[in-house]
Amino acid sequence: MTPELNSRPCLAVGCRLNEKGQPSRILHMPERALRLAGPSLEIIERCDGQRTVQEIISELQKLYSKAEPKKVEEDILVYLARLHDQRALDFTSDSADRSDEAQ
Amino acid sequence: MTFAAQTPLALIAELTHRCPLHCVYCSNPMELGRRADELTTEVWSRVFREAAEAGVLQVDFTGGEPLARPDIVGLVRAARGSGLYVNLITSGLPLDETRLDELVHAGLDHIQLSFQGAQEESANEISGTRAHAQKLRVLDWLKTRRLALTLNFVIHRRNIDQLDEMLALGESSCASRIEFANVQYYGWAFANRENLLPTREQVDRSVELLKRAAERLRGKIHVEFVVPDYYAKYPKACMGGWGQKLMLVAPNGDALPCHAARIIPGLVFDNLKNRSLREIWEKSEAFQKFRGEEWMPEPCKSCDRRTRDFGGCRCQAFLLTGDAEATDPVCYLAPQRSKVDAVLAAVNGPSVEALVKPDWLYRSNPA
Repeated sequence: MTPELNSRPCLAVGCRLNEKGQPSRILHMPERALRLAGPSLEIIERCDGQRTVQEIISELQKLYSKAEPKKVEEDILVYLARLHDQRALDFTSDSADRSDEAQ
Repeated sequence: MTFAAQTPLALIAELTHRCPLHCVYCSNPMELGRRADELTTEVWSRVFREAAEAGVLQVDFTGGEPLARPDIVGLVRAARGSGLYVNLITSGLPLDETRLDELVHAGLDHIQLSFQGAQEESANEISGTRAHAQKLRVLDWLKTRRLALTLNFVIHRRNIDQLDEMLALGESSCASRIEFANVQYYGWAFANRENLLPTREQVDRSVELLKRAAERLRGKIHVEFVVPDYYAKYPKACMGGWGQKLMLVAPNGDALPCHAARIIPGLVFDNLKNRSLREIWEKSEAFQKFRGEEWMPEPCKSCDRRTRDFGGCRCQAFLLTGDAEATDPVCYLAPQRSKVDAVLAAVNGPSVEALVKPDWLYRSNPA
């Protein structure tokens, strides 16, 4: 799937970031864990159910202003889709008619 | 010479060997740990702290039935408080809604509910208990709780043809993962092997069916499939390599590199009552024994796959050949592969029919 730009990703049930201040930041998931650093951590920290995919992309484009903006967007979309496939992210959409959650 | 240990990633905490079920493929050793020898809440809590300090990310509460421990809620709270991701592997039998809420409140991250099948009668036959109906109740309770769920179906010859029904049960639940784990043949399962091992035709069919299901459910439910390794070409990377990623703690505090390690003669296990987790992980003789590549015979020693499957499973090598240092006979390159082929020939022979009610050896309960 390709995430909708106006949907709001959040961590799925059973997935959580470990506490700040630990030597490394870990995304815990059922039966696995990802060590996050740099862009991956910046993305996941923003998957709070408040920001839209578009907002996350804009913030990261500012943060990594030396990178090609189109490339940043593509990378984020691929990363979010991958985490969705791994059942680590849910996407909520404002428009109920397109929402998977509506049924 | 010792081989540098990586950081352990997961702690498998066998809180007790007591269990209301009597599954014919139970992964507990045949010699079960006694209740009187079980670690106290305090010692377990220290073990969780030491585990987190040593780099462990996740604890799997298992048993026996971990809910048989009256202090289970406190143990969940202690583990979560130490910074661990807390997973409960359970039959669901001793559970009620109040206890479930307490566990969620204490910080339980994930529950893995085991099923013996999708049909009540055959599931109950395998567990030697009327357990199936209660599991369905637990599934209902979970729908209204914020708790990640994995359904675990243990697969064998007598239920491998029910995969469609199991999938339907999983899809009607709130599970984000469904595991179809073929029986691994150690301990009780080894004793019941002739009645549990599926035929090649069944395995081939199940692989196809689950591949299609995994694709269909992508993004909704993650489908995990573990094949019976007797049918594999290469051995499994057992436990991610001996002493590489996992530590199993038995109910009495003995630290083992895997569930079955007790069957290997001559291994001495350190106990967490007497030594710290890190010290055991780094120095225990049992963890050093098959760590790295020093111990490997040919063809493993010069094989390109040795860094991927680590020569396979030591316990399986011992069970099938009598030599724990042999190449896992599951490997098609193993000098003793004929041992596995002989078992498969018997299972796939013309005269094999599933018995209506085989003479199961049911798992017992500890003193």
